[in-house]
Amino acid sequence: MGQLIPLDSFGVTEHDVLEALGRVKVRDVDYADLYFESCVSESVSMEESLVKRATKSISQGVGVRATAGEKTGFAYSDDLTRHDLELAADTARYIANSPGGSQPVPVPVHSRPARDLYPVPHAQADVATADRVTLLNLIDAEARRYDPRIKNVMASFNTEYKIVMVATSDGTLIGDVQPLSRLQVTCIAEDGGNRQIGSFGGGGRIGFDFYRQGDRYLNYAKEAARIAILNLSAVEAPAGVIPVVLGGGWPGILLHEAIGHGLEADFNRKKTSAFSNLLGKRVASDVCTIVDDGTLPGRRGSLNMDDEGTATARTMLIEKGMLRGYITDKLNARLLGIPLTGNGRRESYQSIVLPRMTNTFMLAGESNPEDIIKSVKRGLYAVSFGGGQVDITNGKFVFSASEAYLIEDGKVTKPVKGATLIGSGPEILTKVSMVGHDLKLDEGIGTCGKEGQSVPVGVGLPTIRIDEITVGGTQAG
Amino acid sequence: MSQTRESGQSVQPANGHLAQLASDVLAMAKQHGATEADVVVADGENLSVQIRLGSVDRLSKAREKRLGLRIFVGKRSATSSTSDFSSESLRRLVSETCTLAKAVVEDPVSGLPGADQLATDQPDLDLHDETRLDTDRQIDLAKRAEAAALASDERITNSEGADFDSSWGRVVLGNSHGFIGEYRSSSYSLAVSPVAVDPVSGSMQRDAWYDVRRKFHTLDTPEAIGREAAKRTVRRLGARKVGTKRVPVVFDQETAGSLLGNLCSAVSGYALYKGASFLGGQLGKRLAPDWFTVYDDGRMVGGLGSRPFDGEGLPTRKNTVVDKGVLTSYLLDTYSGKKLGLPSSGNASRSVGESPSVGPTNFYLTPGTCSAEDIIRGVKDGLYVTELIGFGINMVTGDYSRGAGGFWIENGELTYPVEEITIAGNLKQMFSDIEVVGSDLVFRGRIASPTLKIAEMTVAGN
Repeated sequence: MGQLIPLDSFGVTEHDVLEALGRVKVRDVDYADLYFESCVSESVSMEESLVKRATKSISQGVGVRATAGEKTGFAYSDDLTRHDLELAADTARYIANSPGGSQPVPVPVHSRPARDLYPVPHAQADVATADRVTLLNLIDAEARRYDPRIKNVMASFNTEYKIVMVATSDGTLIGDVQPLSRLQVTCIAEDGGNRQIGSFGGGGRIGFDFYRQGDRYLNYAKEAARIAILNLSAVEAPAGVIPVVLGGGWPGILLHEAIGHGLEADFNRKKTSAFSNLLGKRVASDVCTIVDDGTLPGRRGSLNMDDEGTATARTMLIEKGMLRGYITDKLNARLLGIPLTGNGRRESYQSIVLPRMTNTFMLAGESNPEDIIKSVKRGLYAVSFGGGQVDITNGKFVFSASEAYLIEDGKVTKPVKGATLIGSGPEILTKVSMVGHDLKLDEGIGTCGKEGQSVPVGVGLPTIRIDEITVGGTQAG
Repeated sequence: MSQTRESGQSVQPANGHLAQLASDVLAMAKQHGATEADVVVADGENLSVQIRLGSVDRLSKAREKRLGLRIFVGKRSATSSTSDFSSESLRRLVSETCTLAKAVVEDPVSGLPGADQLATDQPDLDLHDETRLDTDRQIDLAKRAEAAALASDERITNSEGADFDSSWGRVVLGNSHGFIGEYRSSSYSLAVSPVAVDPVSGSMQRDAWYDVRRKFHTLDTPEAIGREAAKRTVRRLGARKVGTKRVPVVFDQETAGSLLGNLCSAVSGYALYKGASFLGGQLGKRLAPDWFTVYDDGRMVGGLGSRPFDGEGLPTRKNTVVDKGVLTSYLLDTYSGKKLGLPSSGNASRSVGESPSVGPTNFYLTPGTCSAEDIIRGVKDGLYVTELIGFGINMVTGDYSRGAGGFWIENGELTYPVEEITIAGNLKQMFSDIEVVGSDLVFRGRIASPTLKIAEMTVAGN
């Protein structure tokens, strides 16, 4: 079970909450909620072998929302007095056609999430600055030891400790404590005039011990150094349509961009997604089964409950190539008449709820990863990526490799410089011909942006073969 | 930051209150052992409406305030921020920040700028408009813009909506040298994003158009914005891939602005001293042809990036970044300047709660004399880029490979729309290969560029 968050941690009473909910839940309002949040984030960073930056940020506030039909009214305040709640409630209900006539709302049942996916004691989440400093110094030494051509090491350790509380007009009062941390290492390698960059990192809803287990933090340092050094010998990327093998883990960003965003219910309600009207139809080859799963313990994209108080779930998106479902928040599930999946998320009390992904990944297949590489005569093997982006409406997506190799006659050969892959969401997965048995989730570094809001997410992928995709390098022919 | 409040109500503290708060926090910092400190306080309000298919989809109002503190204990420093202005909470923040500063190592280069460098004049740059639009007025403006888009072509059958945002804010910066500065600013923006359906294939395209201004009365009309959005959307219908080849590439205003944004990142002092920019060590060297000049002007009247002083209290100014093709100035704050052995260029940007970094003010490429049409007319076989997506830029090496969309140019004419292609090259080479710059410079943000043409890039498609 998750924790029972007392209302007075926000300095408000049940009476204040009921009053505000009653004020906003006027006749035409279908649903209203209050979202209280308090968040402390801390960051320590290192460069040039000096741990010289430390920041701390404290924020607290409330977001008040009303929905009526397709309309959403929203207001927020960083003061939590009764007066501020009333003001916000009056603003939020502005969208109702007949603002008068407050309605009584059920007295909310104070509850806690049914499970605790990230039981990090506060003492463990609250890492002493001295420990952070030591960790970063050891990372610097490790990366420089890897190769003398590593000229600069930048590393940062960020933690966030968020307490949220949702009170809804349908009678829920539920809170959650959401720890989150991330350790990121970037190395710059230099050899003669050739300079290259390599990055690696990880994290999740975990305690500080996570980074020390099996010297994980030192592995991040070595990986960042290895990628930077590798890129020193990288050749120009090919340009044109070729077969591509994606390695496991972070390359799952392909699913996030190409498929995931297009399956968010808001775009489908508005019929502006390339996936609109494709429910039940084939959108991938039959070796592809893809889920969004917010219930994985400790993962960066996981949540005990979403930001509307709904328990997160494992949602089947694509089953053996057939489109099975969308990911939803309350508003879009209600308007579309489809199941609520627990994907209503917001960056903070200052943002509105949108349907967002949690951890999105493809289930393992049956192929041997070595056989997948052997099957390609001339192609690209991409094992790590920078960012990606998609145009929801025409379905075109791009993502950029940060570690990739040529495949020549079934063998992985030379590293290639940052190649961009571009394709079409509804088509790309129909070209997946082999799926490995080696499903891997990413290390826990993903952040997804939508409508200006950033939320932590996870992705995962086994090794897969895509028969053809456009690679945007500089070497034509 | 942006915030909100019902117009007419006076919830904000009276003028001078924020400055007093900054002084109080600086005094607390001194008591807690800080040798130097600076404080930034921002507050403001924001009203945003979204219309979709003629009715209100979303309405949001907010009022915000935030205080950021940077403390130095000798050569050690830490930063912090909070939205809780109660004196007990601020005292705790000051104390915790001092503790944090003592936990990190000494950085010999750290510290406030010298007292003699701080702004003494704070000119009124006309950044603030008193016009308060009420909710119904904003709804009406957004409705008109979307209606204009929907009415302009029968293939526009759907919409992602029209957004009207207005915001007003105030920034106060104070430091332990006794500097205290304050300015107010406003912004009004209107954006429309229609969706068009191809009557033959049924495939959809979306595009958008927008305007953003500090003064409400200078904003384009809703009808003009709606019609332009419709035009940009409909013209993408029937887009196809093209073969892989090397051709001349013309960047429209928006995508050329993105390219100039890449230049702006590459001349940032922080990227440079970390060895993370392909323009390291290039000061005084030729970057582009001799008619290529780029300015960063922090004092452009009414400019979206204008401010009287920068994030450390230094006066803003007009810097020549590229002078007749030669790289003449980096964008620097005090810290990154010291790392590179150069004075600050007055480009410290400050988000409340972070230590200063470097940012552009109004960063632009000076226009040439050719119209965009003339530039296109000069291309026999090439690409006109109107959209770039993805993050395929390596700032360390300048390697560039991004997803693109636009139109194919044949014999000086735009022929058909193209999509699902990439354009690739290296930024350093691309800047030196710029052949023509258009006359069409318009500011719709802090970074602006006219249309420009690059001699040759690799286009990858089929």
